[in-house]
Amino acid sequence: MTTPVPELTKPRKARKLSLAERTLDSGLRVVAVRKPGVPLAEVRLRVPTLSARPTHPARISLLSDAMLTGAAGLDRSGLAASVQALGGDLSVSVDADRLLVGGNVLATNLPALLQLIASVLIEPTYAAREVATERDRLLERLTIARSRPGVIASEALGLRIWGRHPYAVDLPQPEAVAATTAAQVRRLHDELIRPDGATLVIVGDLSPNRALGQVEKALAGWTGAPLTGRVPALSASPAGPLLIVDRPGSVQSSLRLGGEAVPRSDPRYPALQLANLIFGGYFSSRWTENIREDKGYTYGPHSRIDHHVLGSTLMFDVEVATEVTAPAVLETRYELGRIASLPVTESEVAAVRQYAIGTLALGTATQAGLASNLSALAGVGLGLDWILEHPARLTATGVDDVSAAAAEFFAPARLTGVVVGDAERIAEPLAALGDVER
Amino acid sequence: MPSSATLAKLPAPSFELVQHTLDNGLRVVLAPDRSAPVVGIAVLYDVGMRSEPEGRTGFAHLFEHLMFQGSANLEKLEHFRYVQSSGGMFNGSTHLDYTNYFEALPSNALERGLFLEADRMLSPRITEENLANQLDVVKNEIRVNVLNRPYGGFPWIYLPAVLFDSFANSHNGYGGFEDLESASVGDAKDFFNRYYAPANAVLAVAGDLAVDETLELIEHHFGPITKRRKPRRPNFGEPPLDGERRERHDDAQAPMPAVAIGYRVGDPVRGLSGHLAMLLLAEVLSDGDASRLQQRLVQRDHLVTDVSAYLGEFGDPFDERDPSAFTITAHYPDARSLDAILAAVDEELDRIATDGLEPGELDRVRTRLVSVLMRELDSVLNRTLEFAKFELIYGRADLVAELPGRLAAVSEGAIRKAAATLRPDRRAVLELVAGGAQ
Repeated sequence: MTTPVPELTKPRKARKLSLAERTLDSGLRVVAVRKPGVPLAEVRLRVPTLSARPTHPARISLLSDAMLTGAAGLDRSGLAASVQALGGDLSVSVDADRLLVGGNVLATNLPALLQLIASVLIEPTYAAREVATERDRLLERLTIARSRPGVIASEALGLRIWGRHPYAVDLPQPEAVAATTAAQVRRLHDELIRPDGATLVIVGDLSPNRALGQVEKALAGWTGAPLTGRVPALSASPAGPLLIVDRPGSVQSSLRLGGEAVPRSDPRYPALQLANLIFGGYFSSRWTENIREDKGYTYGPHSRIDHHVLGSTLMFDVEVATEVTAPAVLETRYELGRIASLPVTESEVAAVRQYAIGTLALGTATQAGLASNLSALAGVGLGLDWILEHPARLTATGVDDVSAAAAEFFAPARLTGVVVGDAERIAEPLAALGDVER
Repeated sequence: MPSSATLAKLPAPSFELVQHTLDNGLRVVLAPDRSAPVVGIAVLYDVGMRSEPEGRTGFAHLFEHLMFQGSANLEKLEHFRYVQSSGGMFNGSTHLDYTNYFEALPSNALERGLFLEADRMLSPRITEENLANQLDVVKNEIRVNVLNRPYGGFPWIYLPAVLFDSFANSHNGYGGFEDLESASVGDAKDFFNRYYAPANAVLAVAGDLAVDETLELIEHHFGPITKRRKPRRPNFGEPPLDGERRERHDDAQAPMPAVAIGYRVGDPVRGLSGHLAMLLLAEVLSDGDASRLQQRLVQRDHLVTDVSAYLGEFGDPFDERDPSAFTITAHYPDARSLDAILAAVDEELDRIATDGLEPGELDRVRTRLVSVLMRELDSVLNRTLEFAKFELIYGRADLVAELPGRLAAVSEGAIRKAAATLRPDRRAVLELVAGGAQ
């Protein structure tokens, strides 16, 4: 006799968040949200830095690594000690679209952290000695990164999908980094790290209006608009044969597929989001249940929708044992073809709808999670409303919508792919399944 | 003594905790917090990698996988589907001294989550087919995290073999393929019967819950599970080394050498004050650009790309009983630098032991550490896991709230004393030889 699984009880509503926002005279948009919980504040400053200049990836990477090495009379360790004394942390990262200054601090020390951020934005040092140290470290880290099969695969897929567009470059080339000087980094900071078009998100145990005032005061001296150049539009990514990148001795093959998707503001987005979950976007997906839980080919396949400012992509990644590379590709294509050509079921949609709503709530239930989500949304002109209204959009999305999105975006003929592995062992079995390229 | 200003500045979290023990010995910790409609559920079993028998390396982790393969009332795949279609997420992980299973759920799925955990505590479905499938999955997990990755498993898999002597402490907890392949259904059933008794587990539930009602649900679902003997846990402690040990580890894929320097440290539970001093020492050494080793090895001597000092073999200082370890790792570009790196580390430790800390150094490091500890508690799932872990390892869930106060009581003298124990003749040095260097 089996015991029935308990039913869900009536859901309880989340508390309303209080938010304040303001665009400062400098053009900086500031969003502050009160979210008590722990006595901390999270900070995310997002500065658009997209550029098509060939020297850009190396310079912005080095800028990012050297940004916190001194400012306004504080040397590197002095700046770090000042942040630490506030119970705070600051870090800088970049991708093709933006530079992000992220941090957190004891909430009572938020004004002091904002002052330190202001000094980095307005009076960074970029001392030649520190830039040289960071240049060497960046070169070493690039060497390490490019020894990883996942990095090799995503660089190869990026070139396939983006071609000559700046989005194709995730990591700079070592020669370009080695040739970058402190003066070039200083000039790039002066040109690009400007408030007009940037967004600052603050979330924490704070009063939103008071936080806006603190930002206005601390960042009053940060002014100006970035010097922007033209960036080409995205072109449709070609499908083409599966590209095999040889990594001799690999005991696993890294398969990556990519294709076009739609941004969060598109009416088809909720349906595509649900189709992706059904395919490979969560553990109970078809792809996982097939090649992991049934066949044991992998520790786990994942598919996801990546959002960039200029467009979104559907991405698939999986590492499979070398000896089952071809069978894993076969099953992957089978699942892609199945979801693209046969309707999904009501129970599949009901499950992923609830999963999408529940995990959106979980992902924005922490100060850090909410701040990162709001910052990413701000980069494409969306805000807290998008998060609050999304459950209703998901609820209104039905089986037909999801099946249509799956048919449009998951067709294997529309996807481009690479596989990094031991070519001697995988090339022939893969060629038996269709066109491959070396 | 810390200044009174510091103590006043350090915020401390406060939690409502309710504890209860069922007749079958299951210890229960409830932490109600109704600020958001989410709950965390965690079950920790008092068995980890250190308890697996010789010839069965990796068995505790393989068994963790089997706990997801169906149970008394659930077919294979149903556990995942019930959690995710309720809007929740799940996982499990195997540690040196315990194994955890957990969910984060919307609070209307609380009873369902309790049922799912109780069902597998009652009886997991361990079959030949599930074992064969999860053996393949685990082998692929090891390939992706260790065998096909530069620096894979470094140093957590390889350093214990140099640092410790007993099988329990020194063996590879991920497991050798031969050992994994020889595991049988009978082994798994024995392991379950011996270690997965209610009396050998802690259940923690935190978040949006009503205490009395939740205790009733727990009694209803977990109460009927038959009482079994709690296994006796041996003492795994090993005294400090009395002579330096050095070994080399070949990594064919790594492009640059690395080193791990390990020291045995005493019982974290019985010697918590000393353990907290050791934790603050780790932060003084490597937290941020103002830390001792960053300044010395990265910024001044340019010997390493990065360096990190941490307490606890998995990087969590409160994750294991006696013995624990203090580890310093570094990646560096020139293989000939090893002796210079070791000499610099010794010099910096000696400087702390002899001269003590700079004015303000302890205060800022401690303020940051308290901030980090509180930040981790913002997520309901992390809170749940921390309460369960502190109950299991320390016998005191409420220690979570006391840590800031305990850290505030650590004196500079205690940190000097901690530094003085990390002598060259007490260390194990594992040099990673980069086979992928060009």
